[in-house]
Amino acid sequence: MLVVKGSWLGRLGGLPEFRSDDLGDFGGPFGFDTRDLGRWDTGLVAFLWDAIRAATRSGLKIDRSSLPDAIRKLLDLLPDEIAEPPKPKRSVFRPFYWLGGKVIDALTEVGALSDLTVQMSGGGVRAVLGRAMLRPVDLFSNTRSAGPSALTIVSVVNFLVGAILAFVGAVQLRRFAADIFVADLVGLAVVREMAAVMTGIIMAGRTGGAYASRIATMRGNEELDALAVVGIPVSDYLILPSVLALVITMPVLYLYGCLLGILGGFLVAISMLNITALGYYQQTLGAVPFDQFAFGFVKTLAFGLMIGLVSCRIGLLAGRSAADVGIAATRAVVAGIVGVIAMDAIFAVLADVVGV
Amino acid sequence: MADPTIVRAQDGSTPLLALRDVTLAFGPKVIQQKLSFDVNRGSIFAVMGGSGCGKSTVLKSMIGLLRPGEGQFLVEGEDYWADTEQRRIEIGRGRFGVLFQNSALWSALTVGENVALPMQMFTKLDDVEIRRLSLLKLALVGMEHAYDQLPAELSGGMRKRAGLARALALDPDILFFDEPSAGLDPITSSRLDDLIVNLRDGLGATVVIVSHELPSLFAIADDGVFLSATSKTSIAHGSPVFLRDYCSDPVVQDFMQRRHGNEDGSGRGQLR
Repeated sequence: MLVVKGSWLGRLGGLPEFRSDDLGDFGGPFGFDTRDLGRWDTGLVAFLWDAIRAATRSGLKIDRSSLPDAIRKLLDLLPDEIAEPPKPKRSVFRPFYWLGGKVIDALTEVGALSDLTVQMSGGGVRAVLGRAMLRPVDLFSNTRSAGPSALTIVSVVNFLVGAILAFVGAVQLRRFAADIFVADLVGLAVVREMAAVMTGIIMAGRTGGAYASRIATMRGNEELDALAVVGIPVSDYLILPSVLALVITMPVLYLYGCLLGILGGFLVAISMLNITALGYYQQTLGAVPFDQFAFGFVKTLAFGLMIGLVSCRIGLLAGRSAADVGIAATRAVVAGIVGVIAMDAIFAVLADVVGV
Repeated sequence: MADPTIVRAQDGSTPLLALRDVTLAFGPKVIQQKLSFDVNRGSIFAVMGGSGCGKSTVLKSMIGLLRPGEGQFLVEGEDYWADTEQRRIEIGRGRFGVLFQNSALWSALTVGENVALPMQMFTKLDDVEIRRLSLLKLALVGMEHAYDQLPAELSGGMRKRAGLARALALDPDILFFDEPSAGLDPITSSRLDDLIVNLRDGLGATVVIVSHELPSLFAIADDGVFLSATSKTSIAHGSPVFLRDYCSDPVVQDFMQRRHGNEDGSGRGQLR
């Protein structure tokens, strides 16, 4: 006979646990005495459940008839035995397996990305032939949110970068009475590197993250499955307009960024140094030939393509939960920024070889 | 019969929950107006009505998510929306358990952690006790085997039951269910009905259920209110079975008989 008395409120804590050895060598039918039971909640039920399972394991006959109705109803819902959850397998760290796995993952990723590129290019070709399932509306709205909406941040960042370059250059060059060369420094640095890289990083953070989380959310809502069932290729309908939007806007934003960067440098230079506005203008024109612009222009085309593809791919790979959407956005931004810098380094080496 | 020892502060005269002339609106768009009903202790109370009549919105105003434009929501006579936010949270945490329409399990946590989280936050229990109690709550709904699984790995019915276990985490005495059988097959749905009745009897809880699933409503609800989307208020009070057998309102009859009729209640394409 198990006698339970007084108040049994599990939420206040401190309730006992019924262990198998509490049963001792008790042999008779297992009954309950709840005459002096006070207030109770599920804490009592947990205790009784423990006791019943222990008694069942020892093969005792259990008599629930003296329990209050409510408790009996709850106990009836509970199984008499629960399977112990399987112990998690301890995995041994095997470096070659790990390394091999990583290499395969990386190669698979390269393959998948190439496949996506091919599919999307196919979509592009079909679009040119007028047979793609690309809606001009989507392309337009994607372009608008990637381009014009980003003007403010692109302006502020490039203007300040140009101003900072001029400031740093001015302090150094003034010592050699080479004030006017600030224009060369700012012009070359902005046009060749800073405007392209800064715009790339801004787009990776702003648009790349948005693409990845949008596609990941669509995946979670089974929207991608719905597209697949109707037979609309994701590469045409979603990815092509997204990537195209970036490829269209990036070079334009880059040229705009160049302008703002040079303007920032110009304002700092003519206010700090003994240079005329016209002199600075002439010096800049002489320092930055057209092929520098072309170089930057090509770079940003490549950046746009890379950011668009990588972030869409990460979105397509994401899991279906809310946390997965966050992870996808983070990964897309990180991959985009690292990608922009790495590609810029590759371009720098190539340019050196080619002699631009 | 509910065990009287776990029912708190019993007072036969005041209903456990009551809406008094409540008007709910989003901006100028009125959802329900002058809505009044009582929910008695220990009952399974159904909020019925067609799609878009504002059932879920009424539920939102009762679980503290939407402040009514006018009127009062009384919890044991206490004007819930006149209370401070602190007090409202206290009432909600101590007394309300909610099963959301899409279960709303936290997707980053395992099923066990979903049930355990409210206990970790709001009780002084240690980890072992929390584990025992969350396992018990999952076992009550038959989900103890899924303790270490993530919500994404579960089927819709299992997610519902896990959501129910989470609603029970802090031993609430008032349970709110938003469309509990939506998206479940008839067998799973009828098991869930039995479970709701058993939990009501076992825990001595009161259940408010928003639903338009007739079989479930007839099976479990013993009181209720019928909301109309056209008059934007309640047009009938009583249990679903009572309304089906005795209510003369054509809208209620169409709903209960599952047909779409015109004014005379006959209509085309009857489903009998």
